[in-house]
Amino acid sequence: MRPILISGHERSLTQVKYNKDGDIIFSVSKDHVICAWFSANGERLGTYHGHQGALWSVDVDPTTTLLASGGADDTMRLWDVKTGKLLKTWEFHSSIKRVEFNEDGTRLLGVTEKRQGAVSSIVVYDITVDVDAKQPDEHSLRIVCQESKATVAGFSYLSKFIISGHEDGTVTQWSMKDGLEELGATVHENEPITDLQWSQDRTYFITSSKDKTAKLITAHDLEVLKTYPTDTPLNSACMTPKKDYVILGGGQAAADVTRTSARQGKFEARFFHKIFEEEIGRVRGHFGPLNYVAVHPHGTGYCSGGEDGYIRVHHFDKPYFDFTYEVEREQAAKI
Amino acid sequence: MAPSFQDLPQDGVDDHDEDEIDFSDLQEAYNVHLEEGLDTFVVVDGLPVVPEESREKLTKFVGRKLTSVGRLKGEMFMPIDDSGKTQGFAFVEYESPDQAAAAIKQLHGVPLDKKHTMAVNKLTDIDRYGNADFDDEYHAPVLPDFAEKEHLRWWVGDGRDQLAMYRNDMVGVFWNEKEEGLENCVDREHWTEAFVQWSPLGTYLTSVHSQGVQLWGGPSWTRQMRFAHPGVNLVDFSPNENYLVTWSHRPLTVDENHPILSVEEDGKNYIIWDIATGKVLRSFVTIDLPGPPTDAEGNPVKKKIQWPAFKWSADDKYVARMTPAQSVSVYELPRMNLLDKQSIKIEGIIDFEWSPATPQRDSKKDYEQLFCFWTPELGSNPAKVGLMSIPSKEIVRTRNLFNVSDAKLHWQSDAKYVCVKVDRHSKSKKSLATNLEIFRVQEKGVPVEVVDAIKDTVINFAWEPHGDRFVLITAGEVPVGAAVPPKTSISFFCPEKVKPPAVGNFKLIKTIDKKNSNAIYWSPKGRFVVVATVHSNQSFDLDFWDLDFEGEKEEKDKDLTANLQLMATGDHYGVTDIEWDPSGRYVITSASVWKHQMENGYHLYDFKGELLREEPVEKIKQLLWRPRPTTMLSKDEQKKIRKNLREYSRVFDQEDEDRKNTANREVIERRRRALEEWLAWRRATEEDVREERSELGLEKLDINGVDGDDEAGGEYVEEIVEEIIDETEEVVT
Repeated sequence: MRPILISGHERSLTQVKYNKDGDIIFSVSKDHVICAWFSANGERLGTYHGHQGALWSVDVDPTTTLLASGGADDTMRLWDVKTGKLLKTWEFHSSIKRVEFNEDGTRLLGVTEKRQGAVSSIVVYDITVDVDAKQPDEHSLRIVCQESKATVAGFSYLSKFIISGHEDGTVTQWSMKDGLEELGATVHENEPITDLQWSQDRTYFITSSKDKTAKLITAHDLEVLKTYPTDTPLNSACMTPKKDYVILGGGQAAADVTRTSARQGKFEARFFHKIFEEEIGRVRGHFGPLNYVAVHPHGTGYCSGGEDGYIRVHHFDKPYFDFTYEVEREQAAKI
Repeated sequence: MAPSFQDLPQDGVDDHDEDEIDFSDLQEAYNVHLEEGLDTFVVVDGLPVVPEESREKLTKFVGRKLTSVGRLKGEMFMPIDDSGKTQGFAFVEYESPDQAAAAIKQLHGVPLDKKHTMAVNKLTDIDRYGNADFDDEYHAPVLPDFAEKEHLRWWVGDGRDQLAMYRNDMVGVFWNEKEEGLENCVDREHWTEAFVQWSPLGTYLTSVHSQGVQLWGGPSWTRQMRFAHPGVNLVDFSPNENYLVTWSHRPLTVDENHPILSVEEDGKNYIIWDIATGKVLRSFVTIDLPGPPTDAEGNPVKKKIQWPAFKWSADDKYVARMTPAQSVSVYELPRMNLLDKQSIKIEGIIDFEWSPATPQRDSKKDYEQLFCFWTPELGSNPAKVGLMSIPSKEIVRTRNLFNVSDAKLHWQSDAKYVCVKVDRHSKSKKSLATNLEIFRVQEKGVPVEVVDAIKDTVINFAWEPHGDRFVLITAGEVPVGAAVPPKTSISFFCPEKVKPPAVGNFKLIKTIDKKNSNAIYWSPKGRFVVVATVHSNQSFDLDFWDLDFEGEKEEKDKDLTANLQLMATGDHYGVTDIEWDPSGRYVITSASVWKHQMENGYHLYDFKGELLREEPVEKIKQLLWRPRPTTMLSKDEQKKIRKNLREYSRVFDQEDEDRKNTANREVIERRRRALEEWLAWRRATEEDVREERSELGLEKLDINGVDGDDEAGGEYVEEIVEEIIDETEEVVT
């Protein structure tokens, strides 16, 4: 598995995302620019200029029409994917840590940072998936996180709930109707949740945390189904379609990196079997912590964005698809 | 479970109501006696009874004695009875309680003349023991009922070996499984405060706390004994686990009411304990090594302590300590009295070492223990190495040596040989070379063989356990200020082939140059040896050697009693500790957090050097194999077992096989269950979502979009890459 190495950003990557067809990768970094790449060969498709600060998050709607981004310049922006035109800017009092569309692209959420004079909140906008449509100025829903600030959030299946992950290791389920808290659970002991990514059907999700574990949790009742322990703080986790694996990325905290060798930092993508919770393999390459791992929606590859400023795009080889556990073969034979 | 020294849960649970408990006995026992001020008073008894006229003379006479230890406050009071005579006692007051205590210690029982002996006591003691409440009748102590103890050697019957692992705040003991890694036997948080240590025969696990030392053992890991030594730093056992030595850097301060330690121990650093009873046998202060207390710049020199300072003879009968450059004090156990009431003077002595086994010398029938010592050049006298027999104190053998810079004493484990590694300097004192002086202890007259073909200095030396071969590592000269340690060479030696039972002269088998190795680890059963590089930043080699390789032997080695073969080479990044298991089947190498923070964990190799397992363990501090007691089988019985090994091993192979099968079955069963549960959950969830969708009027919408379209009509990206390789311009005419 030879990765494609993309070194188009000048600073560390914060998020990388495939579009729904998996042919384009969008990436954001601390260098203020959003980039779009062909996933097949790593060629640059275009850039989106306008943000005045480090970018934290990016997302694209399922039809690859609109692109949302958020960053440290306290704005959340909407772009025309095709032309790179800025369509809408929402301004806030603190940076936007996470943006995400719901499953049909009609709603967009943003997570705002807690800061002096600004509370941590989740804002939701109703979006019309059309580049010529006028997008609303006002949010349709605003959830204020009192107890612990939200770090990540996303929409569940049918946009029934918003699930948010918090700095104190809890996840909370909010009703989409009234924005009230329905359920809460502490899943990572007192360590911040760093990522939350959905299964394809958005009925369950995976969280990663600085407590060195990743967990698989149901959206409906926040039950922890699986736990994947590692020996390093995790920054990101995702689930692969087609094969029942999860990919975890992390490494020694960015601040400590200069003091450790690449060998020490554990800057590897780790593959676990989703159901058996066993580690299957690791992919080396980055020389800084992995800040985000994203998987191709068809499960044919994955890419990772690192603190080292590189995006590594991997296409899985045949052995990856051939590998099965005995009991899985048994099960397949039954069907 | 977090056992701390004082409040360990004994039997049962302590959930009593505090009001119900009768504290009166405790209150009485620990009541603070408000008698300050009387501590300076002393009662002198046993004086002659004299008429009033002679009282002054007697007062003067006794006063002289009393003032020899301290200054009196006021006059001595010697009361007179009705008959006008003194009553044989007197009261005095000293200036301070210390002086009063000193007077009691030094003057009590001192004879005044032939008939009279002075009895000096504290006034408060007379008060306490003289009154009517004090029961002066003898009561036989009540013996507690016999309580059966757990079998302390319960683990020996298992074919597997145990390991103690101290990591983070947890101490655990594990069974070493060949296939599946470590199986936990017991795991406790905060079991120790400083470190853990096995006793030499593996019976006890020692935990070290700020209040003292505790020993644990038996199948349920209960506390077997505890030894109160506040501030203890180091612990040492006698070879047969009968006695224990504890040492603290700071001298002990013991107050009178300490339940275990007595005033005797006040100011001492060492305590020697009887393990079976938990009683103090004797205590000592540290002897500082000679040397200036401050260095050239006037900074205090951090003194290295000798450890172990108290060295045990192989049979626990003697323990000896050296006073550097002066003498060796040998104490007899169990009374801990100085042998023949005096230390053995050995002028200039630098080091000594007991034989590790009771020696069997030619034509020596009586019981003896040996120790080896050396003294440096003193004036015109040469340096000397000697062997002394105890208890006769007879010098068995000495040998003079010249130009000695340093010497190290290495006994072979059966006390067959003692090798003295002598670092010798040239006349100009510029270069160093090493000689080995090997004393053949068991042969008649203790002949000495010299191995002097070594050019460089020997930095490490090790005998084969129960064997005749040895390995040494030499290092070249270090250029001053060089950052890189010098390259080292490993040399293997063995005796020449001669007619048994004689042992031939030692010959070099082979030298391997340009290595970085600095440590030698022999298998406890001999034959195999690991030569490694530890505590290094650049190199982490592990070389596994076999000295009795069963393959072809080279022609030039045919006269040697060894056939050397490098079996495997390993590499453990950051390795700090290496240890063979007591059976000689496995080698465990670990990287301890005490030395560095990088990749802490352990590797397990088999004796052939094949890596069986590597596991990172966060904050691992210690990893120690549990020693095994020596076998109780006779030589013949052992031979019989070796002969029928196949029969015995079949039983264990079967056990291994069974265990493996069950383990495998369990794993597969667990996976099957996990998969089934998962699929069931998926089916239920998918069904729920489908229902909700249809309720909302949304038809079955394939949100996955994965299947179908991808394989059928994938998008092909055609790439045309043009590259200009060369550009030339030509002028066409």
